[in-house]
Amino acid sequence: MSGHPAAGRRWSWRWLLYAVLVLAVAFFVMPVYMMLVTALKEPAAIGLETAWQLPRTWNWGSFAQAWTAFLPKLRNSFVLTISAAAASAMLGSLNGYVFAKWPFPGSRIVFAFILFGMFIPYQAVLIPLFGFIRAIGLYGSIWGLVLVHTVYGLPITTLIFRNYYVEIPDSLIEASELDGAGFFAIYRHVVFPLSLPAFVVVIIWQFTQIWNEFLFAVTLSNPDSQPITVALAQLAGGEAVRWNLPMAGALLAALPTLLVYVVFGRFFVRGLLAGSVKG
Amino acid sequence: MTRRTAFFLVVALVSVLGAATARGQEKLEIFSWWAGDEGPALQALLDRYAAQNPSIAVVNSTVTGGSGVNARAVLKTRMLGGDPPDSFQVHAGQELIGTWVVANRMEDLTSLFKSEGWMNQFPPGLIALLSAKGGIWSVPVNIHRSNVMWYVPANLKKWGVTPPKTWDEFLTTCAALQAQGVKAPLALGENWTVNHLWESVALGVLGPDAWSGLWSGRVRMDDAKVVKVWETFGKVLACTNADASGLSWQQATDRMLKGDSAFNVMGDWAAGYMATTLKLKPGEGFGWAASPGTGGTFMMLSDSFGLPKGVKHHNAAQKWLKLLGSREGQDIFNPLKGSIAARLDSDPAKYNAYLQSAAKDWKVNKVVGSLVHGAVAPESFASQFGTVMEIYLGSKNAQAAASASRAIADQVGLGK
Amino acid sequence: MTTRRRASRLTSFLVVLPSLLLVGIFVYGFIGRTILSSLTDWGQDPSQALAVSPVTRFVGLDNYRQLFTGLIDGRFRQDLVSTVFFTVFFLAGCLGVGLLLAILIDQKPRGEAIFRAVYLFPFALSFVVTGTIWRWLLQPSGGVNRLPTLVGLPPGEFAWLTSREQVWRFDWNDLPVALAVLLGLALALLAVAELRARRRGRAVGAAVGAAAALAWAALFGRSWAPLPFTELHGFNLAFIGIIVAAVWQMAGYTMALYLAGLSGIPEELREAATVEGATSWQLYTRVILPLLAPITLSAMIVLGHISLKIFDLVFAMAGPDNAYTDVPALLMYITTFRGNQFAKGAAIGTILLVLVALIVIPYLRSQLRREVDR
Repeated sequence: MSGHPAAGRRWSWRWLLYAVLVLAVAFFVMPVYMMLVTALKEPAAIGLETAWQLPRTWNWGSFAQAWTAFLPKLRNSFVLTISAAAASAMLGSLNGYVFAKWPFPGSRIVFAFILFGMFIPYQAVLIPLFGFIRAIGLYGSIWGLVLVHTVYGLPITTLIFRNYYVEIPDSLIEASELDGAGFFAIYRHVVFPLSLPAFVVVIIWQFTQIWNEFLFAVTLSNPDSQPITVALAQLAGGEAVRWNLPMAGALLAALPTLLVYVVFGRFFVRGLLAGSVKG
Repeated sequence: MTRRTAFFLVVALVSVLGAATARGQEKLEIFSWWAGDEGPALQALLDRYAAQNPSIAVVNSTVTGGSGVNARAVLKTRMLGGDPPDSFQVHAGQELIGTWVVANRMEDLTSLFKSEGWMNQFPPGLIALLSAKGGIWSVPVNIHRSNVMWYVPANLKKWGVTPPKTWDEFLTTCAALQAQGVKAPLALGENWTVNHLWESVALGVLGPDAWSGLWSGRVRMDDAKVVKVWETFGKVLACTNADASGLSWQQATDRMLKGDSAFNVMGDWAAGYMATTLKLKPGEGFGWAASPGTGGTFMMLSDSFGLPKGVKHHNAAQKWLKLLGSREGQDIFNPLKGSIAARLDSDPAKYNAYLQSAAKDWKVNKVVGSLVHGAVAPESFASQFGTVMEIYLGSKNAQAAASASRAIADQVGLGK
Repeated sequence: MTTRRRASRLTSFLVVLPSLLLVGIFVYGFIGRTILSSLTDWGQDPSQALAVSPVTRFVGLDNYRQLFTGLIDGRFRQDLVSTVFFTVFFLAGCLGVGLLLAILIDQKPRGEAIFRAVYLFPFALSFVVTGTIWRWLLQPSGGVNRLPTLVGLPPGEFAWLTSREQVWRFDWNDLPVALAVLLGLALALLAVAELRARRRGRAVGAAVGAAAALAWAALFGRSWAPLPFTELHGFNLAFIGIIVAAVWQMAGYTMALYLAGLSGIPEELREAATVEGATSWQLYTRVILPLLAPITLSAMIVLGHISLKIFDLVFAMAGPDNAYTDVPALLMYITTFRGNQFAKGAAIGTILLVLVALIVIPYLRSQLRREVDR
């Protein structure tokens, strides 16, 4: 750590440092405070003038209401997210294995081809996608959304696994080959056992992305198969909105990803960096 | 018959019947945007339906969002996806006809109208708006009036003014009020309420014949008369509050009630808001008049339900439509909703003072349709009208707005 | 190479084939369909728009012509301008705040892990959740405008999302000339750079391009007006609310990127600089920031492509009807699903795609080429 000469100056800089950090915390936490406070107020007590005040009586009813309204949608979101995350992770792992350790002529182009899919605006494919899903009979079903999220998750999962597998020393692979192992055997016995951290990163990343996704969810689902993001958007879209319900709903909708973030935070960060920082 | 045979026969009969009801547990899915304050009215109807049809399970699919903006988008994906609801709420008129009827997606209800005897129960002007291509396409549940101006009688007396009868008179009244310190005599709210105000101004300046002519193609959107509408509209806007874009329609009405403004042009769901939610007495706590220049004309909008082709529960849906068009159904729904029945034979005793006055007008006034609420213009035009309004508000150029409306009208083939 | 290796090349290909096919259909196939749709008039004839099997006509680039120069598509043009402004401010905000926070955390304050967790958590939220919360916070008569009252000051007056003000206005008709001038200047700078790098051929090419662009701007640009009337566009102040919410959500991500980069800078480098007499300021500006440049670039690409396609946040915060916070992605949604103009919606989607491709493809190419060289 670069040392500062005078102890006195060091102290004043430190104070400034902490002041800025705390101010930043206030900026980041303020909306959460507002969300909690509004969710806990009685509907009649929610007013624009008293927005910042703590609730006089703590009304847990909004959470109960949001919970009952959201329960079926929560189930949809869980089914959708876990299935699609698992499927795209499995496929991504195999793809990453190929691109990292078993290149074939043109594999770099194929990799770029798949990778570009990560960046496309979903609006550019929305209408044909809709027609396709309808044509194969999956419109309105949660499995239509699972298929969609699996396919559109392939680029990022492939990228993360490929970057991870590139770090595995080639000598390890070659040693197995000398022992007579082939493509799948090496995967099963050498690569897959080492993949746990990558799987955790990928599943956490995909869980967050799919759970929070809105556009496909709002276009391809019907009321039975709606995920929770759509339910929340409709809750808050009413006219004379009683804000306690959307706030409670927003908290409930955010809870799973926040939990994932709290418990698996380290891996979460690593997942972020995977696509962006080429080590 | 031996007792054993009889016993088996009974068991067989019961199991068959049981299986029939279990399998034939029919469903009815109703798609609407009625929630919040409007929810109880729909629920009352659904309860009545359930009482009449105990074996049918009713699914109430609501998509919230003012005036159905979200609901229409969701409905579109469902219809395109081949999963139509059994019946859906839609504004009677071109909103349904110009979108779904022309695309051949709805069933013709003429036979239903005839068998239920509805041809005489609804005003001919209304049936004309419901019809196209030789068929009738939806059952109107209620009627709302768009061209109403609200005020607080006591406040007007205090300021010494009366509700103006034309827009020119309005501008004079506005000046008089501003001189007395009422900075914004006309209360206005966010986006669509501005469009709503425009159609009252247009009807007042053009008159009902020219208004209808706009939609049949007889009067062009960039006609000199229409340019005059925009000019008048600009002058009227000068009398509105500056913070309009941040206010919901209820907040604009509140403004008028508080005395910060003198008038508020809003559809008569405002009466439901003022009478039911705010518990004001019609005639004392609030008063009403036709928007300036529109006396004797009833600019209507109607919530109605249609029957899409290829629904899963055709029988249940037909029963729903019959309930909607019946006197009983309409008199259950409308008092709670704050609208008047579309039928001419509704029971006035069930309605409050404002609604009774509106029902009287409904019987005798000239009926024209609303633009903003989907009666006279198809979605392809109405959804782009917002752009025209933005062009006007940004440039205050009446000619530009008229030209833009003409361009859009030509593009969508309005009146063809 | 062993025969086994060679045989396994076929296996490799077969393993990625399913993904290749799926991506081929779902990404490239559908993009193709969208582009084809954008060349028809699907949606203009109401009787065909929502029919079970619509009949459409081929109209070539007419939809695009209308979007850029048609009378009624001013909203799209404003959306493009808004997107550019939004992207610039969003990037500046995220990079600035993210870098600041990263540097602060790099000073190893106490409770570092807590600070980091707090700054990063908004990233775990959905844009819809963020939009919902901030919509409530930015109500003109409440929320953030009430904050000053807590310390005795009068409440804020800014209309946030409902603001109708617009600043930095310019006329759309001036745009071709402005763009040509910018292009000419950029090419001129490129020519100078190539000259310095001793690549005469490329320098000459760039110089010729620069001259052509500037000449066109000077001679013909003035007389070519895309629109027959003045159409002003500018930065809608209503976007400020959206920018604040978006930065709130993504600054933590940028901070995490920078933190990773900072931790990758070896201690010896820092010590060497301090030993040489560098102050903290010089240490950061001369040594550390340049080393973080690749991260800045990556972050700009990722954030940039998010900002170009932003939809959920605006939908949740301002709804689909607020013309002042409109963005192309949202316009595409309402054009398609409300106005039933499927072809025009497809055209907007295609334009979005081209914008994203313009920044992403060069980046991908440079990244992959760098990997091969390594």
